[in-house]
Amino acid sequence: MAKDSKLILDPLADNNPITIQVLGICSALAITAQLKASIVMTISVLFVMGIGNVVMSLIRNIIPSKIRIIVQLTVVAALVIIVDQVLKAFSYQLSKELGAFIGLIITNCIIMGRFEAFALGNGPWRSFLDGIGNALGYGVILIIVGFFRELLGSGTLLGYQILGDPIAKTGLYSLGYENNGFMLLAPMALIVVGIIIWVQRANNPALIEEN
Amino acid sequence: MSLKSNLHNLKEKYKGTKMAPAFNAIHTFLYLPNDTTHGGTHIKAADDLKRTMNIVIMALVPCLIFGIFNAGYQHFAAIDAAKGMVTEASLFGNFLTWDNFVVGSWTVLPLVIVSYGVGLLVEFIFAIIKGHEVEEGYLVTGMLVPLIVPVDIPLWMLSVAVVFGVVIGKEVFGGTGMNILNPALTIRAFLFFAYPTWMSGDKVWVHEAVARTGTPDAISGETLLGAYAQNSTLPNIDLMDMFFGYIPGSVGETSKLLIIFGALFLIFTKVGSWRIILSTLIGALSMGLIFNGVVDAGWIGESSKFYGLMSIDFWQHLFIGSILFGAVYMATDPVTASQTNKGKWIYGFLIGFISIMIRVFNPAYPEGVFLAILLMNVFAPTIDHYVVQGNVKQRQKRIKVKTA
Repeated sequence: MAKDSKLILDPLADNNPITIQVLGICSALAITAQLKASIVMTISVLFVMGIGNVVMSLIRNIIPSKIRIIVQLTVVAALVIIVDQVLKAFSYQLSKELGAFIGLIITNCIIMGRFEAFALGNGPWRSFLDGIGNALGYGVILIIVGFFRELLGSGTLLGYQILGDPIAKTGLYSLGYENNGFMLLAPMALIVVGIIIWVQRANNPALIEEN
Repeated sequence: MSLKSNLHNLKEKYKGTKMAPAFNAIHTFLYLPNDTTHGGTHIKAADDLKRTMNIVIMALVPCLIFGIFNAGYQHFAAIDAAKGMVTEASLFGNFLTWDNFVVGSWTVLPLVIVSYGVGLLVEFIFAIIKGHEVEEGYLVTGMLVPLIVPVDIPLWMLSVAVVFGVVIGKEVFGGTGMNILNPALTIRAFLFFAYPTWMSGDKVWVHEAVARTGTPDAISGETLLGAYAQNSTLPNIDLMDMFFGYIPGSVGETSKLLIIFGALFLIFTKVGSWRIILSTLIGALSMGLIFNGVVDAGWIGESSKFYGLMSIDFWQHLFIGSILFGAVYMATDPVTASQTNKGKWIYGFLIGFISIMIRVFNPAYPEGVFLAILLMNVFAPTIDHYVVQGNVKQRQKRIKVKTA
């Protein structure tokens, strides 16, 4: 049982897919300008990875290994289409904002990586935990980055103007504060991820590779 | 007891404590420490990092003083211009005046103080965390930063940018001597992308031009480069004004004469590389010549939005904007530039070439020197790598010929 909980807890910190394995960086850069988009992306990936890992684990003994990649792709694609359709049906505005990035979950390296590395060699329950754990580890970073980028870049959180109104000059803006436009550009997402990696390694020197 | 021995005693007293680097910093900043060398090397040269940095600062001081007077002069000239009066600049008549100095110091000195205060604070914090001596690297950066920003940049923005530039531009890579990007330009790039309304446009370059926008006292704060980019020009500015620096612009980069003096000083003391300075200018002139050729060939008409900057004589590109300042004080940064002699020629040439290219083609912002230098900072190690490999190959070939 202790080993099972490690499957969820490890990817959250010491084996985080973004900051340690450096997978899934592309979407961390692209969609984190707003916290809401980060959260939706996290939930979508959580769904795709949880179900996907279980499905792959269930059929792992019946698929020939030569065609396993194409089978994996089919599974992810099916799940991503479900997510995409659900978003379109219930939250059309958000689905338009996220645009191609929901579809691009298929190409997220974390998903195929976990299928290959874990689901093909483990039972459904453990695969499920591994999928959930990695998706959460990915989501935590996405949400941290999204939080800082939206707060400093737009002065809002989830769309609420918590620092005041930049046009009417209320709150912080009346003191001369201005939004940091750099935060909304992709390079700043990379720098924020870099700072998270820096902090994490400074706290846990065991993570630093020897060279 | 002298200050020196007092500081030395303090240093001994706090040895091994967390605050030691901070005391050591003050000591090494003012005096040569009286430690003996412990390692294998026993040769000491006088031109250490501190000496090098101080020479660059000495080369920058005339630009700063000129910048202070110019900030005041442009302020009053713009007010007169708004009233319809034309101001003719004369050095002792209306430039070196008390009024100009007061207004200029009031706007420029806070920039210097904030830049040094915040930057050195970050340096001290990192020295204490890392437990080693404070590095002198920020001394030049702290002087460059106020010279390359618009006069009216809000001080809190400058502080945020300085923290970003020193931490992300330098400390994460391991501090002075290890940085890939020039920290002063990182600070400017951060300001430019984070707060573009304060870093470009036709208001920010003259003191109070932003504050007076929309009031009856509104004044213009446009630079010559901004005017050219819109296919117009500024009246009343002739070549001599551009050369002496009586034009609006970033605080310290307007006076080409003083920059040339600074360049000669740096070259004479062998602190700045003449190869980089010369090749940057050659690069800028070649790009200017190409654009002149394009205009002469008739490929670009007067209706094109690039016509204004493309059609000015190629050598005038050196007098407008900050290409000279960048070439002399920024591109020559020994840490971020190419190290090999051949590499320095390539590095400098591309800086000049790309600067003028960005200047002409960038629709949003008519100056690209800082972007060009940052780009070439990134490529400098690659250039060095190929220069060294080229040399290795050449020598191997020579061996083969001999043995064959």
